[in-house]
Amino acid sequence: MNGTTPQHHILSVLVENKFGVLTRVAGLFARRGFNIFSLAVSPTEDDRLSRMTIVVDAESAPLEQITKQLNKLIPVIKIVELSPEDAVERELMLATVKAPAEARTHVNELVSIFEAKIVDVGFEALTLMAAGTPSKLDAMTDLLAPFGIVELQRTGRVALPKLARQPARLRAVRSRAGAAG
Amino acid sequence: MQISGAQALIKSLEMEGTEVMFGLPGGAILPVYDPLIDSSIRHILVRHEQGAGHMAEGYAHATGRPGVAMVTSGPAATNVVTPLCDAYMDSIPLVMITGQVPYSVIGTDAFQEADTVGITMPVTKHNWLITDASDVPRVIREAFHVATTGRPGPVLVDMPKDVSNQMMDWYWPDAVDLPGYKPNTKGHPKQIKDAARLMGEAHRPVIYAGGGILKARAAAALRELAELTGIPVVTTLMARGSFPDDHELCLGMPGMHGNYTAVTSMQRSDLLIALGSRFDDRVTGKLGGFAPDAKIIHVDVDPAELGKVRRPDVPIVGDCRLVIEELIKAVKADRAKREWPSLEPWRVQLREWQERYPLVYEQLEDGPLKPQFCIDQLRDHTPDDTIVASGVGQHQMWTSQRWKFNHPYTFVNSGGLGTMGFAVPAAIGAKVGKPERMVWAIDGDGCFQMTAQELVTASAERIPVKVAILNNAYLGMVRQWQEMFYEERYSEVYLSPDLPDYVKWAEAMGCVGFRVDTPEDVVPTIEKANEIDDRPVVIDFRTDYREKVYPMVAAGSTNDEIILDPQHDRPGGR
Repeated sequence: MNGTTPQHHILSVLVENKFGVLTRVAGLFARRGFNIFSLAVSPTEDDRLSRMTIVVDAESAPLEQITKQLNKLIPVIKIVELSPEDAVERELMLATVKAPAEARTHVNELVSIFEAKIVDVGFEALTLMAAGTPSKLDAMTDLLAPFGIVELQRTGRVALPKLARQPARLRAVRSRAGAAG
Repeated sequence: MQISGAQALIKSLEMEGTEVMFGLPGGAILPVYDPLIDSSIRHILVRHEQGAGHMAEGYAHATGRPGVAMVTSGPAATNVVTPLCDAYMDSIPLVMITGQVPYSVIGTDAFQEADTVGITMPVTKHNWLITDASDVPRVIREAFHVATTGRPGPVLVDMPKDVSNQMMDWYWPDAVDLPGYKPNTKGHPKQIKDAARLMGEAHRPVIYAGGGILKARAAAALRELAELTGIPVVTTLMARGSFPDDHELCLGMPGMHGNYTAVTSMQRSDLLIALGSRFDDRVTGKLGGFAPDAKIIHVDVDPAELGKVRRPDVPIVGDCRLVIEELIKAVKADRAKREWPSLEPWRVQLREWQERYPLVYEQLEDGPLKPQFCIDQLRDHTPDDTIVASGVGQHQMWTSQRWKFNHPYTFVNSGGLGTMGFAVPAAIGAKVGKPERMVWAIDGDGCFQMTAQELVTASAERIPVKVAILNNAYLGMVRQWQEMFYEERYSEVYLSPDLPDYVKWAEAMGCVGFRVDTPEDVVPTIEKANEIDDRPVVIDFRTDYREKVYPMVAAGSTNDEIILDPQHDRPGGR
């Protein structure tokens, strides 16, 4: 599984936290022929709002048309496109890997290299948990594969914009200049 | 003041200025029909819920005010899916109220339960399931706001029976608070300036006016812009009447069955000024070959329309009327600075096409009755501001081609969805909204059979609409395609001219019925029909089934491959 091909875009969509909103968003994608690659939904710091992190396959439709159609949904409040360089993105993975006694040390090495955690131990297998960028999880998956992956599940990405590294006053001046131009 | 959710619903509709609603009661909506007895709202009892939806659409088309309809749950709610979808495609403001089984039993497959909100989600601008009676005023206020602002459209409010019976403290919200809904109506000044600049450089510009002109009540502004610049105007099926057909700058309808000049003007244009139009496939033909040399200015209140089909050079998000008014100022300013190219050579070219390729048909004195002849006579023997409703098919195209729509809001038809059976109920709704105006439905025999029972409603409610059936005993448009593209292999398109007997059927429904077989009877019968003002009239015109709609751009062809009437090849053919 390759999590970060170039035609993927991350949309961070702020929606009203009401029943049926997920159906409206998912239904819109289906009927306009847009593809969802992954989707994560959770409440935000404000309990009236939820945030959907949608990774879209922009080959299925121009991103502009997807965001414009999403914007027409009444419960959709704000859409931000997060390009990978302007965002921090993380994903969680659970994987059950075959790990008989002779292989267990090797699996354990990978776990510590990738800063993963073993969350369940069985006689012949281990379940481990890893969090990180999608590419890190891709790499870990590739390296675990030779041992035999029994089951694997990923949450889909969550993402937030990167924070400014400049003082606020300077930025304000710049954005005003931008608006005037 | 404590009142029930049902009372609150009716009171909220009154607060929104509802004068009339179309509907049919049933189990889940019963509590709401009780306070209706004491309300100032006129209720028109339909014979099928689909009729209620189309009547509300016809009312909205003709008046510009939102159409309101109310039906019960389950099968009634599914019966209004077609009108909702129709209104969604054509941006008609519609407020649909549906009953729902009690909230406490939702999800149990209760009697007449259907997931109305789920079913109608893709065909409404927004919909609501009310779960508490105290939400009723707020939701109704929001529903009307969403239906009528921005790009108008249908909304649905689903009202469970126990919520109708629940008591609440009456209030009326001062304002609507929808943080995710802020339509942008004012065009960006820089974009408007750019548009004026492009217009000042064009040699073959065409204004491509769409239904948005009518929705934005921008007909007067459009006329001012056209006359100021001398730029010719095509009016799409949804925009017929937004610019007067008798105006010298009017080129008429473009598209699959548009006239040669309208279609070709867009093809040869170097600048299309799209105002409230959406580059529908029926207008563009094969997209790759559409208006290849044209730059595009695209004005629409819905940002998603800009760039959806064709990427504009100057996109402007905004209400058509407000943008055109600003554009007029910008044009005047631009012209004060420099000379614009003369459009006279372009207008000469257009006039030459108009003279060379007019719409043609031939009515022989003793020959079969031509549908175009019937429409021409109707047009010439009715008041100039007559409202015309049509169904979908050949009769619709002939009506759009041949009628002279000189006033806005005089053509009521189903464009985007192409809903057969639209004409009769839509005409009834239009007549309810504009009782002082003459309303004619021009319908096909196939369409008429789908919704004719609403003439019972019209008779019972004394709504004197008039219906002209162009009865060619076929599903005519389908027959035309089978003749032209399926080697004359006619599959399931024959309907019979006299089964049913339309005159008897009309009479059984409380209407006056006439039959016309020959050209000389056309005008006298129309005149007789025009005299009748106390009940509906139906005329069964027995027309020539061989007649086809020309010109035609076949599906998958570019607009350059327009097929003209074969009569154009015959010497002296007209």
